[in-house]
Amino acid sequence: MSTDEILSFEEAMEKYDPVLGFEVHVELNTKTKMFSSAPNVFGDEPNTNVNEVDLGMPGVLPVVNKTAVESSIKIGLALNCKIAESCRFARKNYFYPDTPKNFQTSQYDEPIAYDGYLDIELEDGTVFRVEIERAHMEEDAGKLTHMGGATGRIQGADFSLVDYNRAGVPLVEIVTKPIEGAGSRAPELAKAYVAAIREIVKNLGVSDAKMERGNVRCDANVSLRPHGRERFGIRSETKNVNSLRAVEHAVRYEIQRHAAVLDSGNPVVQETRHWHEDTRTTTSGRPKSDADDYRYFPEPDLVPVVASREWVEELRATLPEPPAERRKRLKADWGYSDLEFRDVVNAGVLDEIEETIAAGASASVARKWWMGEIVGRAKAADVDPGQLGVEAATVVELSRMVEAGKINNKMASQVLDGVLAGEGTPEEIVEARGLAVVSDDGPLLEAIDAALAAQPGVADKIRAGKVQAVGAIVGGVMKATRGQADAGRVKELILEKLGVTA
Amino acid sequence: MTEQNSTGISAETLIRLSAAQLAEKLAAGEVTAVQATQAYLDRIAAVDGQVNAFLHVNAEEALAVAAEVDAIRAAGGAEAESLHVLAGVPIAVKDLIVTIGQPTTAGSKILEGWHSPYDATVVERLRAAKMPILGKTNLDEFAMGSSTEHSAYGPTRNPWDLDRIPGGSGGGSAAAVAAFEAPLALGTDTGGSIRQPGAVTGTVGVKPTYGSVSRYGAIAMASSLDQIGPVTRTVLDSALLHQVIGGHDPRDSTSLPEPLADLVAAAKTGNVEGLRIGIIKELHGEGYQAGVENRFNDALELLKEAGAEIVEVSCPNFQYALGAYYLIMPSEASSNLAKFDGVRYGLRVLPEDGPMTIERVMGATRAAGFGDEVKRRIILGTYALSAGYYDAYYGSAQKVRTLVQRDFDAAFEQADVLISPTAPTTAFPLGEKLDDPLAMYLNDVATIPANLAGVPGLSLPGGLADEDGLPVGIQLLAPAREDARLYRVGAVLESLLEAKWGGPLLAQAPALGAESLETQEAK
Amino acid sequence: MAAINRDDVAHLARLAHIEMSAEELDRMAGELAVIVDSVKSVSEAAGDDVPATSHPIPLTNVFRDDVVGHTFTAEQALSGAPDSDDNRFKVPAILDEA
Repeated sequence: MSTDEILSFEEAMEKYDPVLGFEVHVELNTKTKMFSSAPNVFGDEPNTNVNEVDLGMPGVLPVVNKTAVESSIKIGLALNCKIAESCRFARKNYFYPDTPKNFQTSQYDEPIAYDGYLDIELEDGTVFRVEIERAHMEEDAGKLTHMGGATGRIQGADFSLVDYNRAGVPLVEIVTKPIEGAGSRAPELAKAYVAAIREIVKNLGVSDAKMERGNVRCDANVSLRPHGRERFGIRSETKNVNSLRAVEHAVRYEIQRHAAVLDSGNPVVQETRHWHEDTRTTTSGRPKSDADDYRYFPEPDLVPVVASREWVEELRATLPEPPAERRKRLKADWGYSDLEFRDVVNAGVLDEIEETIAAGASASVARKWWMGEIVGRAKAADVDPGQLGVEAATVVELSRMVEAGKINNKMASQVLDGVLAGEGTPEEIVEARGLAVVSDDGPLLEAIDAALAAQPGVADKIRAGKVQAVGAIVGGVMKATRGQADAGRVKELILEKLGVTA
Repeated sequence: MTEQNSTGISAETLIRLSAAQLAEKLAAGEVTAVQATQAYLDRIAAVDGQVNAFLHVNAEEALAVAAEVDAIRAAGGAEAESLHVLAGVPIAVKDLIVTIGQPTTAGSKILEGWHSPYDATVVERLRAAKMPILGKTNLDEFAMGSSTEHSAYGPTRNPWDLDRIPGGSGGGSAAAVAAFEAPLALGTDTGGSIRQPGAVTGTVGVKPTYGSVSRYGAIAMASSLDQIGPVTRTVLDSALLHQVIGGHDPRDSTSLPEPLADLVAAAKTGNVEGLRIGIIKELHGEGYQAGVENRFNDALELLKEAGAEIVEVSCPNFQYALGAYYLIMPSEASSNLAKFDGVRYGLRVLPEDGPMTIERVMGATRAAGFGDEVKRRIILGTYALSAGYYDAYYGSAQKVRTLVQRDFDAAFEQADVLISPTAPTTAFPLGEKLDDPLAMYLNDVATIPANLAGVPGLSLPGGLADEDGLPVGIQLLAPAREDARLYRVGAVLESLLEAKWGGPLLAQAPALGAESLETQEAK
Repeated sequence: MAAINRDDVAHLARLAHIEMSAEELDRMAGELAVIVDSVKSVSEAAGDDVPATSHPIPLTNVFRDDVVGHTFTAEQALSGAPDSDDNRFKVPAILDEA
């Protein structure tokens, strides 16, 4: 794979100042495509969500999806953009087998939204303003699968198969202005920016916003310049970085790679880079060339979109609470401390906790599960917590089982592992694995007697009022029962037996 | 050819009826739709070997539709009552318009054998009106040409003189109608492809206001210029057909939202009294054949006698129209034709040597599938849109479009309709301009301004040129959305001219078929 | 305005994905030079104050409601395909990218 030299991030930061830029593509969740009435559905059989328009058949014409335009305006408004009073579509001409007409219907010099900004909150609470250049409407391409060859990648493939189901799915491309001054926080900012976009479009209800499905895709531009220099360096554009963690890693890697190139005295090549999740590196794609003459011209088959101020205000009135305000509200509702709440936000499980609470868990229980159990597992699996596959209902069911004394926390954690391993519902797993708290006090009392007998000194301490020493006895009992006992009940029984009140 | 059907109308007479006359006889039960359709199919079988107007004939489907109409009529009742006035009147469709059940080639090798899985909107409307579709007519490849010589399937010949061109790109539709192979046909007009063939074959052709007829299913050449329209033998027939195919279509974003005016009524109530008819100074005189000028002047005289006021208007920016057209049209075409790449449908050609990549397959497919004129226009359009040239070419051409529109606006202040010869010359011999693209392009000098401005234009026969005895076309132009005005004036001029000739101009056309073939061989 | 030469045509043919032989390039360059020369007056016809017209009849806001319409079966979609496999369009290897 990559044979590129890289510098350590710290050294890169000492020498250079990174400038970032992002092009984020958001797939809208309209019922139909941007320019055709074929369904916009993910995951169906190949070439079934298509009609003559999506296949670029001779004679077809596009007609704009009104809901897609409204969603685009909403995104523009949520990004504090100006909404163009009049804008047009344009054709971007290039040949590629996933592009049925061999041009993409997009917007060129007249985007529907422009000149906006987004305030990004970093992990420590610092707010960083990212300026938005534009948000424009366009259509997605079909999906290519490369067959033959060793890797399933494009290089070395013998042939490719094309599915046009995704062709024509409405996209909004959000383009930032160059982002300067992020310094060593650039990778973190990159991740936070994409997370913020994802949060906004999800909150607006205009996109399913699932990065793993490609609903939100990020192209990250990185360039470096020596500290103190105004002029930007030559940038690379890393394509399709499709998870929040990958965005952070890719920006970090590109900074390190650029620094090494610059250090060696060579110029950075202006090119497309491809991100490889497995090696966490990028490789060289296509250099920018005169083949990138897209010959844009106004789409003659479509007429201008005129967004009257009344229409824009009507749409503005439908906008949901912005994420920053929502966070303020949730923090107050849930009663989390500043630190607890920031941890939740940084772990990216705000939505999940909200869903879990909505499903019936208390705020503290929901936090305990997500922060205590699930985030760690996600980190180990190297995925975003929301992508791990834990349903809110599962968390609620597990916490109810614990509260009912049916299982203890330790068992619940095992059950969660079972759920993630696909063994079934929590109930089924408890049954199958024979996990149940020993609730009959008889065997417990026997085990307690044995534990007390084994540690007479500890028993004396407890009797003398050092109640916290009970832990050692509880531990002994739990060990003897191989974790099957309800630790709370064990403690009660021990204290009862020793005649101590907690 | 003198065989008579049960009602005493010979096939020879039947095929020479106008669509309106045929419709009347069908409604009156004097003739059946099957008889009419069969008469046309027989005529095609007899003469199309010489004319080559059709690329595909679908006798079975046409007869089935005709039989359905006859059955409905025979059964009587509400369904018979609600039959469209043109039900059972056969029609030919330019092979640029997609049809289920018949191939659509666009006159190109790249689409040879392709069957569209959907119908064009206009075809849906023909089917709804139960008009039997006889077949698909020949054209210059992707409608790029003025002579139908650029068809990949051989040229169509002019029924007036088989050694001459029938105009283009819709030479097949015009020749089919002129040779009595169909009473009606559909054409498409991007720079004159309906009107100029109409002029040189002695038929009527109308380019409606841009957006009056849906473009959905017409294989696009230049999206902002293309328009589908009628090709017929009379002005009334064009109005009847325009009424069938026109009106709003939600599948075409450029389709006009308002309902179509009553064009048939306009054609039936023709009147020019007190009407101001403007001669466009720039569209006659120098560069126009003497015989064309003479017939044009005759038409002006007749209109004046009928009470019209003839005024002269000037459209100075028309001098740039041809140039602007030859930038805009190829630009849009270069993009519209990009989809023909050997991936989803049509021809796929593998490169003879070198690496077998999709890029090279596309390049080889397009090299083999497109003819020279198509390639020329794609390259020209690619050039006009490319970085560094856009402003000078495409951008400037779009500005000229504004100037042309302003000229029309000013002209229509002074005149209710404008008039000019449709084409500068009569039909020229096959092959004469094939190697001279510029000379070929000049055929469209009088028709192009209407496409640039989106205004409607009608060409009707103006008589025969003195020097060669070939048909001359007269073009009428009206303001956008005022198509009815063309029919009103066109119908008057047509009746004045026919009174002068003692019948339709096409009655003077030489005979075709076995008889004329012998004559030709004797030559 | 720059004259159009053979290299220009070769570049344009690459952009347009049309393979051309050397003779074709030469011929096309000659023909295009004539055509381009004949249309060059267009660039001087209109001043900066003249707006461009891209649609002959101005319309705005032509939209479609977000309602699902007809679709093809995979069989219909692929009915005209030069090559297909597994309900998808099959194309030779793609040169580009890495």
